[in-house]
Formats: sequence, C-alpha cells, structure tokens
Amino acid sequence: MLATMRKWLRINSKEKPDPPAALNQAADIPTQVKTIDLDLRPDDPFLAYLLGANGVVEIDRLKLDSPALKELKDAGVKISVPLVSQGELIGLLNLGQRRSEQDYSSDDHRLLATLATQAAPALRVAQLAQQQQIEARQRERIDQELRVARVIQETLLPRDVPSLPGWQIVPLWQPARAVSGDFYDFIPYPDGKLGIVIADVTDKGVPAAMVMATTRSILRARAEYRESPGQVLAEVNDLLCPDIPAKMFVTCLYAVLDPASGTLRYANAGQDLPYLRTAGGLVELFARGMPLGLMPGMEYEEKEVVFAPGDLLLCSSDGLAEAHNLQREMFGFPRIKELMSGPERGADLVERLMGALADFTGPNHEQEDDITLLVVERDAVESSNGDPMQLLTEFDIPSQPGNERQAVEQVLAALEDVQLPEARRKRLETAVAEATMNAMEHGNQYREDLPVHIAVVRSLKSLAVRITDHGGGTEIPETESPDLDAKLAGLQSPRGWGLFLIKNMVDDLKVSSDNEHHVIELVLNTKEG
Amino acid sequence: MVKQLETQVRSENGIAVVELHGEINSTAEEALNAAYAQAAQGSPSAVVLNFQEVDYINSTGIALIVGLLAQARKSHIRLVVCGLSEHYQEIFRITRLSDFMQIYEDEPSALAG
Repeated sequence: MLATMRKWLRINSKEKPDPPAALNQAADIPTQVKTIDLDLRPDDPFLAYLLGANGVVEIDRLKLDSPALKELKDAGVKISVPLVSQGELIGLLNLGQRRSEQDYSSDDHRLLATLATQAAPALRVAQLAQQQQIEARQRERIDQELRVARVIQETLLPRDVPSLPGWQIVPLWQPARAVSGDFYDFIPYPDGKLGIVIADVTDKGVPAAMVMATTRSILRARAEYRESPGQVLAEVNDLLCPDIPAKMFVTCLYAVLDPASGTLRYANAGQDLPYLRTAGGLVELFARGMPLGLMPGMEYEEKEVVFAPGDLLLCSSDGLAEAHNLQREMFGFPRIKELMSGPERGADLVERLMGALADFTGPNHEQEDDITLLVVERDAVESSNGDPMQLLTEFDIPSQPGNERQAVEQVLAALEDVQLPEARRKRLETAVAEATMNAMEHGNQYREDLPVHIAVVRSLKSLAVRITDHGGGTEIPETESPDLDAKLAGLQSPRGWGLFLIKNMVDDLKVSSDNEHHVIELVLNTKEG
Repeated sequence: MVKQLETQVRSENGIAVVELHGEINSTAEEALNAAYAQAAQGSPSAVVLNFQEVDYINSTGIALIVGLLAQARKSHIRLVVCGLSEHYQEIFRITRLSDFMQIYEDEPSALAG
C-alpha cells in the first residue's frame, strides 16, 4: 500500500506515480498493492508526528486525535514509513499485516527505513518532472492562444498609414505583453477628411484586447454617420456601457482632420492630452470628457485647432508618461514636452521619445504598460515651389502697462530683412500693439508672473505674429462691433476699438485656445495670389 | 518707457489749437481732457487737435478722442484734426472718426479751413 502526497493538500490520484518496483515484496508471494487518497490537513497532529518521526511509525499503536490516522487504521495499515525529501513530506509507504501474521522485526524496520531514505528523493524527482511537463504543456497552450490573439489584434490595426498630400502621419504601437489594450485607427470620410483615433483600454492582455476589438468596431460604425467627434464619442459611450465588463473603461481621443484647411476638430474621453507644436511653442489640446464605458449619457466637449504649416501634433497613450525607472520616478509630461521642443519631426521624433524612454528606464527594463504614439504633422513646405516656414523670433514680454511698445519694437527688429510696404508695416505695428495689450490686460490680468509669448514666423506667402497669453479655459466674449454713431450718442461705451482695429489692420486673424492659453495669430499676406 | 502726454493750448484768431506731444493712450486721459476743457472755455469757433508730435495712438487713445468729439458736438464746437500721419489718417477713416472731424494735413490749412 502506498500513499503519496503533494504539498500537504489532498492527494490527486492522477498525479500519483506508480509504486516503485522495489515495493513489490518477494516475487513468489501474491502482493496486494493499493493507493490511499489521504486527506492530510496542515493542522492534523499526525502530520507533525510524521515529520518528527525517525524511520518506521507503528500505526496500530499510535494514539492521536487525527482523521488521517483513523483513515489509515481503517485501511488496515500496521506500519508506515514517511517519505521525506528536503523537509517536505511527499508520501507514506504503508504496510499492512504481515502474511505470517507476526509483528515486523527490527530488521524489517531497518530495511524499510533505508528503503524510504532512497525512495523519497527518487519519488520527488519523478513528481517534479511530471509537474514540469504539465506546466510546459499549459504554457505552450497559452502561448499559442496569445499568438493567435496577437495576430487577430494586429489585423485590427490599420495596415497602412493614410497618405495625405502635405501631411505626415507616423504611428507607433508597442504592447507590454503579447496582446494590448491600446489601439489607434484611421477612419477616412468621403469628403477627404480623416478620423484619427487613439485609445487605451484599462488593464492589459487578453481581456483588454477583447474590449479593444469591440470599441474599435463600435467607433468605426458610429463614425460612418457623423463627423462630429463629440457626438461620435457620446454615442460610442452609450453603446459600450451595457457590454463592457465591470471596472473596465476606455480612454479615447477622436479627432477629425481636414487636410485642406488644416483644421482639426477633436473630443477627448480621458486620453492623455495631445500636444501641438507650433512656431509659438507647445499648445496642450484640452477637451473635457469622461472615459468611455463608465456611465451612459455623457457629453463630450468638442474643440478645434488649426495646423499652420510645420505644426506637429503628438498623441500618446499613458504608457509613455507613466513609465517608471528603477527609482520609481515617472517619465512624466515635462520630459515629453521638453523632448517635443526639439527640431525632430515624424519618425525621428518617435525615435527620440522612445530612445529617451529607454535611457530613462535603463537596460533590462520590462515595459509596464502598452505604448502607442501618433505623430500628425503638416509639412513645413507651403506650396509646390517649396517654402519652409521660418521662425524669425520668439520672446516673452512681461505683462505691464505700456509694454506693448516693446513688443512692437522686437517684432519690427525681426522684420528688418522682410520686404514690406511702409503702410503695411505700420498696420502690423498697430495690430501687434493692440493684440499684446489685450493679452497683457485681459489674458494675463497684468500679472507680473504671466508673460505674453510672441513668435514671428514667415513663409513665402505670408508673415504671421502669434501672441499667446494665459487666458485659456474661458470663452472669449463676443464683443459688439463698435458703432461711432452709437458711441457719440452715448449709447455705447467710447471704448472697445481694440479687436476692431486688429481685424482691419491684418489680412487674417486666427484665434485658438486651450485650457491654459489663448493664441491670436495675425497674418499678413506678403505675396498676392 | 511710457512718455507722458504733454499739451499746449493757444488761440489763433478765435480758434483754439491744442498741440499734443507724446502718446495718446490710457496715460493721456487726464492731460488730454484738461487741454480740451481749457481750449473749449472761451467759446472758440473751432478746436484744432494738432497731432504733429504724436507718434502713437492706441485703441484707448481712440476712445479718448471719441469722448472729446462727443463733448464738442454737445456744445456745438467744431472739432478738427491736423498733423496725423498717413497711418493714423487711415485709422480715423476706418473708425469713421473722419466722418465727424475734418482732417487737415497741417495746422495752417486747418486754421484756413
């Protein structure tokens, strides 16, 4: 009779090795061999006794309050020899009544004790080998499943990057495991616009990948009927809510790019804020919205921004900003912003970001979370004869009354080599002065710690002055257009000429804002047609 | 860096001339209003604002000029301007101030007009 144990738990008869041949007694005597499933609990006093026993244990003479011991006695066991390997009880060699019905002799005891010392390690090795085989088979099955899942997932990602004349798009998709909760997508509209998706499902691995596949399908289906990113996200959220597993949600940025005008309309369901790199510096594109799948009936704020030639947008999943190094420091947004401020574009920028991340996390780092990056940039070349946007100058002006004159001086200094008729130069002076005054007064409330940022860029066809203040996050009130008759009659304040003057001094006026900044861009055409 | 507006008021054949030196912006309000009040005192047949020595007028300055124009119209005093640069003449046209105030090249033509 033989009982084996794995750990202290219930014996699993399937994993039990066959009894070693040595246990079969003399060949001429018919031998009864059977295995006993013994439930030996950790708190059973019999276990402690067996571990402390030296050699043979006389079961029939042992008196312990033990269910396991009773079970052995009931099975007719006279003596047991514990099989111990490395302090762990791995089995019991049990013998019943001798056929001669005599007691076991001391020689028998010695023989059995010796046998047990040799059998125990052999049995242990056999158990381990079998266990490893089972685990290897399981791993192989899981690996195979993951390989299939990854192939399926890769087919759900865009096979090609859309080719838009005058635009470059560079994606990077780097899962932390075989499968990922991150994805990106491009959805072309019949009118030439392009829907751009970057999304991140909570959690990683297979469950995240399943939710990713569902979200992608719903998004594609809804986007077909709508060009409004806010509405698309609201509808996807409502459709996703009933089906998504508890505690899972999806962060998602949906943007629609009009390559002809450079306009990007976007809405954001909790995805990391994209950054737009402009000649005037980095702009965070903020739009309010809850992650998808948390609560139905959500609304998603929709914003718009215009890419000037040379502007570059970076969207990323949180796997980049939230990567940690060995000191548990985060890679963080300030690092991303700093890296983005360099001259790199497209694939070079992606390479720079991932290189910096590798330097930060150090060698042999296991990637914590999925990383997806998407760079969308408008070519710096404006026309077919090739004219790059050129940054002539950029500077900060402290917000103090009267400093608009200083801004004008610095802008003029940067334009020394630019051919511009005197009248147009004077108009630009007035526009810059008025816009800077507005920025210092209304945007920055004349606060000393908030400077106005001014950038001057030129291309073949135009000249632009970008004036950025800290008045973002609030809507700019529509001012009534000044009416001199009404003013003279006392029906309108004599003031309120600023924006009116600016509009009349330049060829184009572009206004944009994010949650922090407000940007006014004054454009003068330098060549007709 | 802010040049405070300086003014000089004199009378030429019953016409009051206000000579302006400096910038017409928010810091000019007091000086400009005081100069106009002084000019308007003796019931002149007209008041001439001479911008010959003015190199900067901003939107606040325009608002101040609108204020003077409103006062002048109330008291039926003819308000005219001279010495404006081409750029500021254009601004007077865009804002329609030129519909209500005659613009002269220089002071002699303003006095002759």
